[in-house]
Amino acid sequence: MDSQIQQSHVHPSDLHQGEAHHLETLALREQFDTEAQQKDASTLGMWVFLITEVMFFGGMFLGYTLYRSNYADTWALASRSLNLPIGATNTCVLLFSSFTMAMAVRAGQLGKKKAVILFLILTMLFGLAFLGIKGYEWTQKFEEHHVPALANFHLEGTQLQGQAKLFFSFYFAMTGLHALHMVVGVGIVLFIIFQTMRNKYSPKYYTPIDIAGLYWHFVDVVWIFLFPLFYLIDRHP
Amino acid sequence: MATAAVLERETYLNASYGLKSWLLTKDHKRIAILYFITISIFFAIGGTFAGLIRLELLTPQADLVSSETYNKLFTMHGVIMVFFFLIPSIPATLGNFFLPIMIGARDLAFPRINLLSWYLLILGGVLAIYAMVAGGVDTGWTFYTPYSTSYANTYVIATALGIFVAGFSSILTGLNFVVTVHRMRAPGMTWFRMPLFVWAHYATSLIQILGTPVLAVTLVLILCERTLHIGIFDPALGGDPILFQHMFWFYSHPAVYIMVLPGMGVISEIVSTYSRKPVYGYAFVAFSSLAIAVVGFLVWGHHLYVSGQSLYAGLVFSFLSYFVAIPSAVKVFNWTATLYKGSISYDTPMLYAFGFIGLFTVGGLTGLFVASLGLDVHVTDTYFVIAHFHYVMVGGTIMAYLGGVHYWWPKMTGRMYPEHFARLSAVVVFIGFNLTFFPQFILGYQGMPRRYHVYPPEYQVLHVLSTAGATVLAVGYIMPLIYLIWSLKYGPVAGKNPWGATGLEWSIPSPPPTHNFDRIPVVMHEAYDYSAVPREVEVG
Amino acid sequence: MNEHPHQDPEHAEHIDSVKTYAVILVALLCLTILTAFVATIDLGPLNIIVALSIAVAKMLLVVLVFMHVRFSTRLTRVVLVGGLLWLAILLLFAFTDFNTRGLLGVPGK
Repeated sequence: MDSQIQQSHVHPSDLHQGEAHHLETLALREQFDTEAQQKDASTLGMWVFLITEVMFFGGMFLGYTLYRSNYADTWALASRSLNLPIGATNTCVLLFSSFTMAMAVRAGQLGKKKAVILFLILTMLFGLAFLGIKGYEWTQKFEEHHVPALANFHLEGTQLQGQAKLFFSFYFAMTGLHALHMVVGVGIVLFIIFQTMRNKYSPKYYTPIDIAGLYWHFVDVVWIFLFPLFYLIDRHP
Repeated sequence: MATAAVLERETYLNASYGLKSWLLTKDHKRIAILYFITISIFFAIGGTFAGLIRLELLTPQADLVSSETYNKLFTMHGVIMVFFFLIPSIPATLGNFFLPIMIGARDLAFPRINLLSWYLLILGGVLAIYAMVAGGVDTGWTFYTPYSTSYANTYVIATALGIFVAGFSSILTGLNFVVTVHRMRAPGMTWFRMPLFVWAHYATSLIQILGTPVLAVTLVLILCERTLHIGIFDPALGGDPILFQHMFWFYSHPAVYIMVLPGMGVISEIVSTYSRKPVYGYAFVAFSSLAIAVVGFLVWGHHLYVSGQSLYAGLVFSFLSYFVAIPSAVKVFNWTATLYKGSISYDTPMLYAFGFIGLFTVGGLTGLFVASLGLDVHVTDTYFVIAHFHYVMVGGTIMAYLGGVHYWWPKMTGRMYPEHFARLSAVVVFIGFNLTFFPQFILGYQGMPRRYHVYPPEYQVLHVLSTAGATVLAVGYIMPLIYLIWSLKYGPVAGKNPWGATGLEWSIPSPPPTHNFDRIPVVMHEAYDYSAVPREVEVG
Repeated sequence: MNEHPHQDPEHAEHIDSVKTYAVILVALLCLTILTAFVATIDLGPLNIIVALSIAVAKMLLVVLVFMHVRFSTRLTRVVLVGGLLWLAILLLFAFTDFNTRGLLGVPGK
């Protein structure tokens, strides 16, 4: 479909504003009048989408908060079984990826194609590193018998295995959902790299890079909260 | 018989031909038509389940179906009607078609996302129908835990997945509408010049955006819990089933307003057009939509009065529930005030609108009964509740939907429907509806619990009345199906403004061209300014 | 609110400097190390407050700088604040129940 669309960037003033038909470009789809209008609409659309994501994770945060307050002691014990250095390292990896993503958007604003590609590849690599470390942590849980769905589940030091199970249920559900968003994010970044190489973007039209960045940073923000909630609260001995 | 004038002009219907041109369309009008066909099918399926339920309830014994089958019938009736008919009903069809036109836009902001949302509804619907064909689901449309997660032996997973996917369809529609209203208005179309239909859809979209994701995550947890038994909602493992109810109703109570708010928008348009007066207190009606959307999020706990929620929370939620009555009453009073000294014509859409105002008032006022903490303990889970929400959902939303379909039929198809049959159907629907559901108020007050297919013989008279009413109602629903399809070929050709209505949709030809407007209009008038509209009804 | 979305406003695109982003990155990394360190010290109930405050600070840095909310339209900010408000409604009203079980002394309520 995109191949039918002309690559030229029509300046808004070239158009007779209000006319029903105009040459459709990536930067100016048929339904819009001006490129600025389209950019505003895309950005607003992304923010509204992120709000739906906030509410989506919000349901899990509600469950987490309830059981954290009901079963504080068991959950504190379970918290301590998580590997803090690895969690902190992973947080830093993700923060680096956000930085490179911000740099990629900046390069897009300036129209530096090579820099866009470089920073997006870095972002993707940091993202994959995060997922790799996360995967390592999860496999550790299997070895430590901390997987709630398995019959051999056992957390040392407590009789209340049901409450401990709940902790790890939320741990897996929330970090899993977050990781799923990371996987989608890597896919999006890959697509944007591909499109950048095909010269789809310019300083006048870099909206996809921009909103991919918004998504990426949002996923980062979710982790910024998951990290203290699972690894840090009541951590001290 | 098409006239030459219709053939010459390019419309959204004849711009291109073939199945592919419909299945890959980005035109909001064509997508609306796809939705029309889809939800009509779902309505027929859901209606069939309702028919079987009413048939079984003719006698106090179980003659037609077993208790297991009956559980599946009312569950699937609820699932199909709520998630696959009522939620998409007005927004995805009339909203999709007219919201962009009403604000002077060529299309929604994201046409491809609009098409995607239709495919998501289809995918969700296929999953739900698969679950039904494979063996059904018997948890009730509310999926209460731990029954749905630990004990039900039916197709909970497929159904929940279907609703999950359909939920994204709803979210994307809402997102599209919000961005479109903010960013696509024509020059001069200020917020307070927008038709109230658009305001109602804007408020609806906010609920879809803020509520539906919570339903989605609730269903994800249901799926995890059911497949892995990790104890999130299972009291045996330390989980709290009430947590499920909080999460479910955080969406599902506001979802009631997703269903009824667009209907209120339709009624505002119809009441104004057929009394030829601007809606009384425009700004109040506009803001009451937003108020319903906001307050609707603060009252979900009134579904939990008898389920282990704290008494204190019950008091808070009961108190807050009364506040929903204020914006709802503002709307009803303002519609009524609009009629005052109006030049009223009793055309079909207006008959439906009258039906809506009356039935919604009954549904709304009985809502106050069930919102009050003490009284609800008596009527909870009885037919009183059933009757209450059917007065809002069926007497409200479906009346408005049918009214809107008739009102905009000439615009969408370019053909007039047969007025006499249509008026008759409106009356039949009204009578059938009341006969079906009014006896259920009495049944419920006398203690007939919901979800039972065997009942004491003393309830039989009222049940028979209700089933008779359902038959009349079915006739009332089948009539429009027949004459509307008939009118597509044989109806008189409609002019561009057969009702002498205001609004940008009546300033363009019927049916509209693909890009809606030859030139994007510049809006100079307030909404419902009849001074600029010729009175003559032009037909043919 | 932008009343004339069809007009082309002069979108003065603000481009942050590399230095800004680098400073924010360093701040985020420092906060991460700080919060991980504080978690190992017993501060009583303060632990939760510190951990969440640092998380909120980090969120603000990312949202305001990396996501350009500093320079965004008022509408974007309304959307953002509205979303967080609704999350608060979900938590607040659900806990109106969870935290008041048995408060009024009625058995089972």
